[in-house]
Amino acid sequence: MDFRFDIIAEYAPFLLKGTLLTIGLSIAGILIGTVLGLLIGLGKMMKNKLLAFPFTLYITFFRGTPLFVQILLVHFGVVPLFLGETNAIYAAIIALSLNSAAYIAEIFRAGIESIDKGQMEAARSLGMTHVQAMWNVILPQAFKRMIPPLGNEFIVLIKESSLAAVITAPEIMYWGRAMAGQYYKVWEPYLTAALIYLVLTISLSFLLNRLERRLKTE
Amino acid sequence: MIQIQNLKKSFGDNEVLKDINLNIAPQEVVVVIGPSGSGKSTLLRCINLLESITDGHIHIEGKDITDKKNNINKMRQEVGMVFQHFNLFPHKTVIENLMMAPTKVRKVSPEVARNKGLELLKKVGLEEKANAYPSSLSGGQKQRVAIARALAMEPKIMLFDEPTSALDPEVVGEVLEVMKQLAKEGMTMVVVTHEMGFAREVGDRVIFMDGGYVVEANVPKELFENPQHERTQAFLSKIL
Ligand SMILES: Nc1ncnc2c1ncn2[C@@H]1O[C@H](COP(=O)(O)OP(=O)(O)OP(=O)(O)O)[C@@H](O)[C@H]1O
Ligand SMILES: [Mg+2]
Repeated sequence: MDFRFDIIAEYAPFLLKGTLLTIGLSIAGILIGTVLGLLIGLGKMMKNKLLAFPFTLYITFFRGTPLFVQILLVHFGVVPLFLGETNAIYAAIIALSLNSAAYIAEIFRAGIESIDKGQMEAARSLGMTHVQAMWNVILPQAFKRMIPPLGNEFIVLIKESSLAAVITAPEIMYWGRAMAGQYYKVWEPYLTAALIYLVLTISLSFLLNRLERRLKTE
Repeated sequence: MIQIQNLKKSFGDNEVLKDINLNIAPQEVVVVIGPSGSGKSTLLRCINLLESITDGHIHIEGKDITDKKNNINKMRQEVGMVFQHFNLFPHKTVIENLMMAPTKVRKVSPEVARNKGLELLKKVGLEEKANAYPSSLSGGQKQRVAIARALAMEPKIMLFDEPTSALDPEVVGEVLEVMKQLAKEGMTMVVVTHEMGFAREVGDRVIFMDGGYVVEANVPKELFENPQHERTQAFLSKIL
């Protein structure tokens, strides 16, 4: 078996661009997902069951169906509906954000519910409104506990963003597949892609570990 | 100051407060005693609307706190509460714990709130801990900070729910001392406690609760030395 480093070198600039897009997609996904996830998580925790129901439904749908299906629905259905035509990068960002929002909503809910009930009561007994207590007392404490699972979600997003290749968003796997198609090779493109993903996820978990340790000693 | 009329509170089918009637005068210190599960905490929590009231009325300074038209948060600003487990905000320093509610709720400027906070810390003897985090304090210190935090909102009434029950015996005294001082300054106080010495010394009135009722209420000396009800006698004989 001759392993052709030359075709990897040829594709290196594309793979680099792909890597940047992969990073961009996952950062956009985690950021938008965090904002949406907070709102959806709070929505699901509303006392009024009827008002909470749509949020529960959202979480059930996005956690209960494959991301692959969601990406196709957004790319061929949702985006054209609003823009008239579709756009792979928008579609990938939207699908990843909506999907991660569902998981992050549950992370938020678990984080908020892990804070002692007495914290909310103390804040309310001082005259703070529910929103003031949430914002100043509960969320800052909950957020610390949410960093490890949020980091995990980030890592998951990096890997799952590879599905965007099928809607031709030019991220890592898109170029990997292009390379495989051009040279009828398997090992070179896919091992290279795997290696890039590994570098990304390992560096991220390294950073997260350090952040966690910093927060613990604080 | 506080008028409680026919107060009832149920959790589902479990009626915890059955028919409470109680008037508390300005500057009065009322000590609430009674066996576990008799509804003492629930009564305090109703006065602060941490529990919704099933039936009856509570007036504070003439205002019906159960009336939906009255703003709960406004009401709560007038009533400070001290909890058994302190419930300090662990992500904030001591002084920030004291400043949060005045700045966020009363919109006091940070400088004014800080000065007021330092003054209160001095009062509870913890001025040097202003920049410490709660986790570095002893139980007694935490509870004194919690009292100062409640006082920072300048409440007219202070509620204490077993403020010394979670403390090591050797630091109970320092917390009771702060409470005595507060009583001396004329604060209206409702205190759930097992500290009978405190009840005798500071209480204007002691209330014995059992099974969701106020069974007996009297000045401390009378209630302790001459209890009228069998249940009061039985309870006192167990704890004195
Ligand atoms: N949130 C709640 N939901 C359901 N039941 C409750 C709740 N809070 C209290 N209870 C019940 O109400 C009753 C009275 O409780 P409460 O805490 O007022 O008693 P207490 O006199 O303060 O007792 P203790 O001395 O143990 O603190 C108990 O039977 C308790 O189980
Ligand atoms: Mg209690």
